[in-house]
Amino acid sequence: MASPIDSATGPAVEFTRVSKSFGDFKAVKDITFEIRRGEFFSLLGPSGCGKTTTLRLLAGFEQPDEDGGTVRISGQVVNQKRPYERQIGMVFQNYAIFPHLSVEKNVAFGLVQHKVPKAEIPDRVVKALEMVRLDVGKFAQRMPNQLSGGQRQRVALARALVLRPAILLLDEPLGAIDLKLRKEMQLELKALNKSLGITFVYVTHDQEEALTMSDRIAVMDNARVAQLGSPAEIYENPRTSFVAKFIGESNFFDGTVERKDGAVWRVTGANCSFVVPDHPALRPGAAVRIAVRPEWMDVCATREVPSGENAAGGTVRDVIYLGEMMHVIVTLRDGTDCTVAVRNEGQLIKPLPWKRGDAAAVAWLPEDCQILEDE
Amino acid sequence: MASLRQRALAFFHARPAAKAWALLTPGTFWLVLFFTVPVLIMFVYSLMPRGIYGGVVPGFTVEHYQRFFNPLYLEILNRTFLWSLAATLICLLMGYPLAYLIARSGTWKNVLMFLVVLPFWTSFLVRTFAMIFLMRDTGLINNLLLRTGLIQQPIEMLYTPFAVMTGLVYGFLPFMVLPIYASLEKLDLSLLEAAEVLGARPASRFWKVTFPLSVPGVVAGCLLVFIPSLGSFLTSDLLGGAKQVMIGNLIQNQFSSARNWPFGSAASFIVMALVLVAVLAYLRVRDRAPAGTA
Repeated sequence: MASPIDSATGPAVEFTRVSKSFGDFKAVKDITFEIRRGEFFSLLGPSGCGKTTTLRLLAGFEQPDEDGGTVRISGQVVNQKRPYERQIGMVFQNYAIFPHLSVEKNVAFGLVQHKVPKAEIPDRVVKALEMVRLDVGKFAQRMPNQLSGGQRQRVALARALVLRPAILLLDEPLGAIDLKLRKEMQLELKALNKSLGITFVYVTHDQEEALTMSDRIAVMDNARVAQLGSPAEIYENPRTSFVAKFIGESNFFDGTVERKDGAVWRVTGANCSFVVPDHPALRPGAAVRIAVRPEWMDVCATREVPSGENAAGGTVRDVIYLGEMMHVIVTLRDGTDCTVAVRNEGQLIKPLPWKRGDAAAVAWLPEDCQILEDE
Repeated sequence: MASLRQRALAFFHARPAAKAWALLTPGTFWLVLFFTVPVLIMFVYSLMPRGIYGGVVPGFTVEHYQRFFNPLYLEILNRTFLWSLAATLICLLMGYPLAYLIARSGTWKNVLMFLVVLPFWTSFLVRTFAMIFLMRDTGLINNLLLRTGLIQQPIEMLYTPFAVMTGLVYGFLPFMVLPIYASLEKLDLSLLEAAEVLGARPASRFWKVTFPLSVPGVVAGCLLVFIPSLGSFLTSDLLGGAKQVMIGNLIQNQFSSARNWPFGSAASFIVMALVLVAVLAYLRVRDRAPAGTA
């Protein structure tokens, strides 16, 4: 089915209606997506959402259920192929460095298994260690228990890359290292992805990490792909309330659609009436839920709402100082809290005029309403 | 009372050294009284002349040690050594796969480990007697084989090296399984997955990852089988009869019927010295190859 041209230019990975159950538990339900050649692709979701199972299906540690769809790598169906027949590399969550082998032998392991000529091995090991910026002279002979977490991480990466895989799978590899090093590694991984041209498939539960590194993200929820898109698409245009909540923060407003008013629709909610842009799901009488990002909202005096903006009145419950931002939390009439992020322009010189207990309104533009398609 | 308890706790909290001594005392006391002292007594006895009616008389002699280097005794020592080695090897070959399967059997592993240690609930003596009933000419095995017509004459099993070896392996197999199981059970399975992605087929995953990481358990198991095998006397006495004497029987005999305590003590010390050499050799090998690089 796959012509040679497909395998050279087609997607690196295709999941077609893939399902996987463990007994009665459905870990992955009927998921379909593609991973493009050379891209940095993230599987993002909370624990138990099916992201690790998806990665393991791709690695070949798990097979799809019978009639559970197909997994293709470079156009070839790999459902029944063993991990070592898939041209993949993998970095494990706990690194899975062989504790009884030196750094050098860990990295050479795959080369020996693939019967690479002995004379070639030392050179390739050195190149792989240099690629992940580990000092060869200092570390090659060390045992894993003499390495820090970050160094082990690099050894795991070198061990996977030394085989020049077409696809590198990474299972939450940065979870166990400290914040500063993690930020550094994020940028390094992204740079490696671009310079080597290897497709990276990255599993994480950390939305910030996914946004930082990925070309595209598949947000997974409850064994399905909830949304797939670039970081900007996912953040700025979340399709379900799960995505809106899981990636960044969101304020939610529920209401009933009243009527179309020119290019916009009028909606009556619990706290206020508001207008939303046109959307195929809207018709009079339908229930609608919208999400608005805190930084797209403003706080103003109840009587000073700019014309043309949606607004809801309430009371300031708290003002939280975050450094570059201030979070103003306003309790609306129905008791729900709405968070508004305001840029900090210097509280010592130009303090916010709001304090706890003040009456205030939150205001936002109609076009900043994200209409959610919840089941 | 409470205040006394509190004062005692405060006292030990303030003096960690006193706490360490207090915790060590019962065990140390026990070992000194029932191990160190008897060993010292035996050492002294082994260097004293034998009394005419048993026991020892004052004096100093090394004749008991010299006496041991006699072809008869050296043959017993040699046989004991080889049999212990063979029992250790057989236990390893049987115990490793068993421990491996149990470690991989998920929710069943606790039940299976319980079954492995279950024989300890009955006395070793009783279990060894049971083996006599299995292996003697009119025993269960021979009876079954005769009835099915597979053999016409009973196979002579009891009082042969085969019987002793069977008894040793049976008795010490759990000591091989337990430490190997412990090292396999804690093996991180993602190491095997990592090896698989890197191209390792099942056999090389075993020999390059699983086995090297279980070497500490294998070595511990071998020591736990080899050392007690060297000193065993019950198995060879009951299953080997008069022909299959091991060094343990020789020593036991000196202390009971032969009433030659100094010679028994000297023989004990020679065996102890051999065990010590074996353990030290193992420790050197282990320290030279950290984390079990076999």
